[in-house]
Amino acid sequence: MRHTGFWLGVLAVAALLGVVAPYTIANEYYFFAGYVVLQFVVLATAWNILGGYTGYVNFGSAAFFAVGAYSTVALINAFDPPMIVLILAGALASGLIGLATGYLTLRLRGVYFAIATLALAIVLETVIANWDYVGGAGGAFVLRPKESPVFDKYIQYLFVVMLGLAIVAVAIARTIEVSRLGRGLAAIRDDEEAAAGAGVPTLRLKLLATTISGALMGAAGAPYPYYVTYVDPASAFNLSYAVNAVAMPMIGGTFTWLGPVVGALLLGTLQQVATVTISSELNLLMVGLVLVAFVILAPDGIVGLFRKLFGRAPRR
Amino acid sequence: MIDRVRGALLKGAMAAALAVALAVSAQPSARAEDPIKIGFGIALTGGLAAAGKAALVAIQIWAEETNASGGLLGRPVELIYYDDQTSPSTVPGIYTKLINIDDVDLVISGYGTNLIAPAMPIVMSHGYVFMGLFGLAVNERFDYPYYFQIMPAGPDPRADWSRGFFEIAAAQTPKPVTLAVTGADAEFPRQALIGVRQNAEEYGFEIVYERTYPTSTADFTPILRAINATNPDIVFVASYPPDSAGFVRAINEIGIKAKLFGGGMVGLQYSAFQSKLGSMMNGIVNYDFWVPEPTLDFPGVHEFLAKYQAVAADAGIDPLGHYLPPWAYSYVQVLGQAVEAVGSLDQTAIGEYIRANEFQTIVGPIKFGANGEWAETRMLMVQYQGIDDSGLEQFSGPGKRVVLYPEAWKSGEINYPYPGADN
Amino acid sequence: MLNAELLLNALASGLLLGGFYAAISLGMTIVFGQLDIVNIAHPAFIIVGSYAAYALNDSLGLDPLLAGLLFTPVFFAAGVVVYRVYHAAFEARGAEALRGLVFFFGLLFIIEVLITLTFGVDYRLVDAVYIGGALKLGPVGLPWRMVVPFLVALAMTLGLHLFFKHSFMGRAVMAVAQDPVALQLMGAKPVRIKQFAFGIAIATAALAGAMLIVIGPVEPSMGRLYIGRVFAIAVLAGMGSIPGTLVAAIILGVAESLTATFYGPSWAPAVAFGILLVTLAVRPAGLFGR
Repeated sequence: MRHTGFWLGVLAVAALLGVVAPYTIANEYYFFAGYVVLQFVVLATAWNILGGYTGYVNFGSAAFFAVGAYSTVALINAFDPPMIVLILAGALASGLIGLATGYLTLRLRGVYFAIATLALAIVLETVIANWDYVGGAGGAFVLRPKESPVFDKYIQYLFVVMLGLAIVAVAIARTIEVSRLGRGLAAIRDDEEAAAGAGVPTLRLKLLATTISGALMGAAGAPYPYYVTYVDPASAFNLSYAVNAVAMPMIGGTFTWLGPVVGALLLGTLQQVATVTISSELNLLMVGLVLVAFVILAPDGIVGLFRKLFGRAPRR
Repeated sequence: MIDRVRGALLKGAMAAALAVALAVSAQPSARAEDPIKIGFGIALTGGLAAAGKAALVAIQIWAEETNASGGLLGRPVELIYYDDQTSPSTVPGIYTKLINIDDVDLVISGYGTNLIAPAMPIVMSHGYVFMGLFGLAVNERFDYPYYFQIMPAGPDPRADWSRGFFEIAAAQTPKPVTLAVTGADAEFPRQALIGVRQNAEEYGFEIVYERTYPTSTADFTPILRAINATNPDIVFVASYPPDSAGFVRAINEIGIKAKLFGGGMVGLQYSAFQSKLGSMMNGIVNYDFWVPEPTLDFPGVHEFLAKYQAVAADAGIDPLGHYLPPWAYSYVQVLGQAVEAVGSLDQTAIGEYIRANEFQTIVGPIKFGANGEWAETRMLMVQYQGIDDSGLEQFSGPGKRVVLYPEAWKSGEINYPYPGADN
Repeated sequence: MLNAELLLNALASGLLLGGFYAAISLGMTIVFGQLDIVNIAHPAFIIVGSYAAYALNDSLGLDPLLAGLLFTPVFFAAGVVVYRVYHAAFEARGAEALRGLVFFFGLLFIIEVLITLTFGVDYRLVDAVYIGGALKLGPVGLPWRMVVPFLVALAMTLGLHLFFKHSFMGRAVMAVAQDPVALQLMGAKPVRIKQFAFGIAIATAALAGAMLIVIGPVEPSMGRLYIGRVFAIAVLAGMGSIPGTLVAAIILGVAESLTATFYGPSWAPAVAFGILLVTLAVRPAGLFGR
């Protein structure tokens, strides 16, 4: 997609969803459901920067998300800052954690990084479960403000905030993809030793990718306490965040910014619909089956399939 | 000419009045076919699914009974529910759909604090009465006048939960002095432990051990040993089902020196655990909400349990259903009674009615206090006595879970100290 | 409060727990350490093992560990099938490890849901003669519930170690781990060998699952609690080392037990994974790795 085409598209989406929708759609339900789907767009896009572009799998997405959520809880208890501060704080906290984890493990093979992210999720969950200031294992209540900023209903405000984050995340992903950083990451993904041999500063680039990825996930988690009202470690660190963060890019296609977006929109919407229709164990079974089916049958994801059918080979 | 105009006016007025009368009388019969929709989220998958499914069966039994005897306000009752997957993030979406799209007339909550809380802002902003199914101190931050909690914890839920345990301990001679406290790193135990600290101070017990453990703990013998090493007279445990089983086994395997043990062990009320742990449970004093003792023989409860037990085995849920199902039945029973009494679906009127009145339910008389909790606690402290390893049958009748507290429902005497405490 | 009796008991508990941890991790050591396949779904197979043991225990009154043993051939076959699918879909196509990872992740969820659909979400426990009593060795009390699985775990470790060191098939697996091409040139079929190893790994899950349900109650989503521990042990062991797995598992068990006894159980998981992170940072090859 050409640059102007992309930005025009972004503008159209922003206008439609961010301005037209809240003033025309009265039914709150779509905003609640839409918030979750957009949240997954951010998580999937963030994951893909490290997973799809660089080839390093992060199983601990829940940890970065939860750190963003809990930084909000901590700050609200301290001095109740505005949303933008909460988002930046969440991004900062998770970004730093990404940096630290990366520093500890990115010198090793990719698979060790994956395991380290799993371990990290457990360690962080334990730390937060023992931190009484944010409620610890008992959980924390976060009340929405009485007045809704800008829009009529508070959930519309949250929805537009998450829309903004999704646009920012996708813009960052696309910028990385077409830049030198992106080419460096792709080189690492394809053959790390060769890349290092060719002079690519692999460790630095990997750390950058991990930090950006973590920061975006933290930003996605920051508004979460306002959405759910009651935050507890077990739910915030839920494995389903990790699974979805992996599944959505895989289903959409990992080699482009469009893949995670498609995957998140598709799988996210499917899950929201299933929650209020099928509503049973089959929900989870569906995620698992879809994931396995795509990974076996359509390894380049939906976007890859599309490109194969309509000409261009997937840009690897 | 005036007469003719007046005549025409009169005829017109009569025709209009007739038309209105017809229209008004036509509506009730159309509305009679129009069901009253009760909406809720409930855990059908995930960690709380076993309880959630059992609760759903109880609610469905109430709905069937209500419809069989003419419905609510003469209209049939329809349940609209969705699986909250034991995940709080699904709850806002579910309740918004129920209210905004499904147009439900009444709402009730799912099971558990972290599945009730996310619905509060939504329910509050639409002004619905909200019946809560077992959440601990949810209304503290919200202060919503139309939230009502069916769990009989009492006006100060955290402290009232364990009050009975300490009342019993304080009543023994010689009065025990030292207390060990432990609990899982999870929502209910953390809340319960706050109450325990309060009660320890109030009843004059010295805390000699106070630690929590992660829910992923596999073996409880190290924890029990650490507790034993501090020589406590009484031990209060706030645990979830697998931990409760772990503790029960551990105290039978390595022994315990305390004279009173238990308090807040979730899971020992479930059939699956009772039948497997059997005689290992004897002597433990633990909380419960309803047991088949003669002092708790409320009208309707045994009939309800019979209906429940008839479908339980096939549905793969708790076969006896003593723990949650009677309360799931009651929380919607209270709502139904209030609606009938008020005669309409006006949420404010229903809310005010529930606040002001006492209800007779299958779990006995219920009166709500100012914050939506029970005005008076009915947390039972029972002691497991005379249990053998013959299986589940023995629990279906009285005698195995003797009520020690509150005084009004007491059905037997305590075996004190805990067996083997003198070693 | 460091008294000797408490310390001895904590060490003993840690040792017994470590044995159990070794049993659940052996399969991962084989699959991840030797075959370089990241089978995240391994804990889910263990839970299936728990339910299989429960089913036989509940209906026939069979001892759960015996039931687990009886199921090993079934699990072996299942492992072979899973590997064939994995190989055809990923290895044969030269796909990156990333996709295989995701495949197993999806498998983890599918297995969990299938267990839920079959058995429901209630906790399950088993009956066995040795649950409820303890062995007293001086000041140390060892619950039989922990001792018996520990002994079985030791037998498993010894058996697998001997197998991989001395049997033809075992040595072939070690060879495949080191140099598949050379093996092919010598006429052996790496795929057949790997499939055999994968089968063995899943077979261990049958027995490990039986141990799990002896030690405590089990419900379908419990597998997720063990993912981290199992990986931590496999990495700490040094990839592919069977004796290393036992040592690493015991270290973890003792660390958890000591923390739970003396400091505060809340920190036990953090300690365990702290060890893992430090190992990765300092000596990623693990204790016994090459």
